[in-house]
Amino acid sequence: MTTHYLVLSALLFVIGGVGVLVRRNAIVVFMCVELMLNACNLAFVTFARQNGNLDGQIIAFFVMIVAAAEVVIGLAIIVTIFRTRRSASVDDVNLLKY
Amino acid sequence: MEPAKIIEHAGGVIGVSWLLIALPLLGAAVLLLGGRRTDRFGHLLGVATAVASFVVGVLVFLQLLGFDPAERRRVVPLYDFIPGLVDPMGLLIDPLSISFVLLITGVGSLIHIYSIGYMAHDPNRRRFFAYLNLFVAAMLLLVLADNYIGLYVGWEGVGLASYLLIGFWQHKPSAATAAKKAFIVNRVGDFGLAIAIFIIFTTFNTVSFAGVMTSGADASQGSLTAIGLLLLLGACGKSAQLPLQSWLLDAMEGPTPVSALIHAATMVTAGVYLVTRSGAMFFPEGSTAAIAVTIVGVATLLAGAIIGTAKDDIKKALAGSTMSQIGYMMLAAGIGPAGYAFAIAHLITHGFFKADMFLGAGSVMHAMNDEVDMRKYGGLRKVMPITFATFMIGYLAIIGFPLLSGYFTKDGIIESAMEHNATLGWLAVLGAGITGFYMSRLVFMTFFGKKRWEADAHPHESPAVMTWPLIILSAGSIVLGGYLILGNRFMTFLAPAVGLPEHLPSFHPFSVAGLVTLALVAAGAALAWFKYGAGEVPVTAPRGSFLTTFARRDLYGDAINEALFMRPGQWLTRLAVFFDNRGIDGLVNGLAAGIGGTSGRLRRVQTGFVRSYALSIFVGAAILVGAWFVVGNL
Repeated sequence: MTTHYLVLSALLFVIGGVGVLVRRNAIVVFMCVELMLNACNLAFVTFARQNGNLDGQIIAFFVMIVAAAEVVIGLAIIVTIFRTRRSASVDDVNLLKY
Repeated sequence: MEPAKIIEHAGGVIGVSWLLIALPLLGAAVLLLGGRRTDRFGHLLGVATAVASFVVGVLVFLQLLGFDPAERRRVVPLYDFIPGLVDPMGLLIDPLSISFVLLITGVGSLIHIYSIGYMAHDPNRRRFFAYLNLFVAAMLLLVLADNYIGLYVGWEGVGLASYLLIGFWQHKPSAATAAKKAFIVNRVGDFGLAIAIFIIFTTFNTVSFAGVMTSGADASQGSLTAIGLLLLLGACGKSAQLPLQSWLLDAMEGPTPVSALIHAATMVTAGVYLVTRSGAMFFPEGSTAAIAVTIVGVATLLAGAIIGTAKDDIKKALAGSTMSQIGYMMLAAGIGPAGYAFAIAHLITHGFFKADMFLGAGSVMHAMNDEVDMRKYGGLRKVMPITFATFMIGYLAIIGFPLLSGYFTKDGIIESAMEHNATLGWLAVLGAGITGFYMSRLVFMTFFGKKRWEADAHPHESPAVMTWPLIILSAGSIVLGGYLILGNRFMTFLAPAVGLPEHLPSFHPFSVAGLVTLALVAAGAALAWFKYGAGEVPVTAPRGSFLTTFARRDLYGDAINEALFMRPGQWLTRLAVFFDNRGIDGLVNGLAAGIGGTSGRLRRVQTGFVRSYALSIFVGAAILVGAWFVVGNL
């Protein structure tokens, strides 16, 4: 059983990673990040169940809290950028460079 | 007879002999620090401190005369700088130093007085007197110090004063250059003196004259000779002896009273003082160092005389003569106890007649709108009778006219040189003959013959403040020589300081050398009369033979210095600059450029695209995880 959950977790993580690397829309990139985080959560919970303790579940809770906080700040930044630049593409935000 | 023991002294005027140095030093300090506020009375203060110092000197002299001759070497302790390591600083009052003190302060005071008139129209007269006072203080420290370090401080002090005064009119590029030249050439000599003092300290573990005298027996011959030769190098620098003579002729760029005081009467004789003071220990009779001193002396007395024959600048002719006369003193000082008294006696009489003639030359220049070219003088004896009369006395004294000062002292040197080594003696006689020629030439071109003045020259006699010092100096030029030499009066006076020869010389008016000298001098004077007195003197100098050019160019001294030292020095500098620019700078700049270039390329990685950063994080994480697997499976 464990293997199925882990394979699902890995698949979700890869989908999220590819999304972060290839998509330009900041909202989509953001959602892909969430996907990667939740793939990790799934793995944690799977291991917690397999090992019969609560450590993984507790870490999954922490990840959710951090993700929630991140969503608050990240969405605020994206909205602000969209208001000033009329664009949510991550490639347009390239002023900070060499 | 050996020199007497040095004993400690307290009380009396000798106890406060530091006043000798302090008074002129105070004058210099007030005038330099007071600035323009002291302009009004600066010259009077300068004269007052010099004269006060002279009065103290006379009192010290009188108290010293009150002691038994064997007890006439007194040291006055002043201050112990580093107890146990360096000798305490003190003043040595003995017949030798007091002779110098009287000459420096006496002639110095007269020249101070003369300068009131000579510098009357100079806006910087106060600064001039400040420097003169500084010079007097430093020179007194030089001759009064009871150890070599104190002497060295005074030695550098007079060098500084000389530099400041040669370059006094620093708006003239020639004066500024001459000052630098004097300073740099003197540096070579001072270097020798400094090394000599280092060796003295390591050899004897003391630098005081008394300490060196008492602990000298166990020093090796090699270090004694080394010290002697290095001291001679120092003496050559300060006294303008070959091979360090080149600065003296250029030093005539300074105001004429400076030439009289520093570059004729006192400072340039410091080398003779050094050799005489160190004589018993480092220049014993027949030693290598002493022979070197006599050779330097003879070479310089001839070189200076030859240079003097061709110069048209009155001050440069006198400067050549100064070199030559100091050569005589060096020669005598190298002979040993038989010569010391004559060296110092000639030094004193020379101080009088040469200062007299320099000041006379200054008086002439003052009258002729600062013209120094003798070819533009002529016939001045009628318009400047006092200057003429005093100059004639100085002239007769220097060529050794019978019964005047130079006759006795120079004859003493020639006689003792004859006894020491006949070759040296005859060369000194030859030098005396050349002296007769060039001094007569100078006098005939200046005071006799037709007027060759510039159109705007209106010569007049100088004011009394300038003529009285001339009169006093010429009086000294008449009587001093006979007074000092006859009956060996000066020799017995100096004996406690420098010792006595085994048998005392006696003065023979009709010795062979004396008669030949007189004949040569007369011949030289006659030749000068036919060439410059009776004949026409062209206003522009004729080209002359190669011998004339040789003498005019200072025997190619400057050319030799240039070829031997200046050019190689410049090459060395250029080489060093090249190595620095290309080698050292290349290395450092190359490294900086390399790092800069690499960074410039590396910063291109910062593209500003978030996704490429994400990719690099991803790749980095993948590599880390991969590495972890690899390491974990090992």
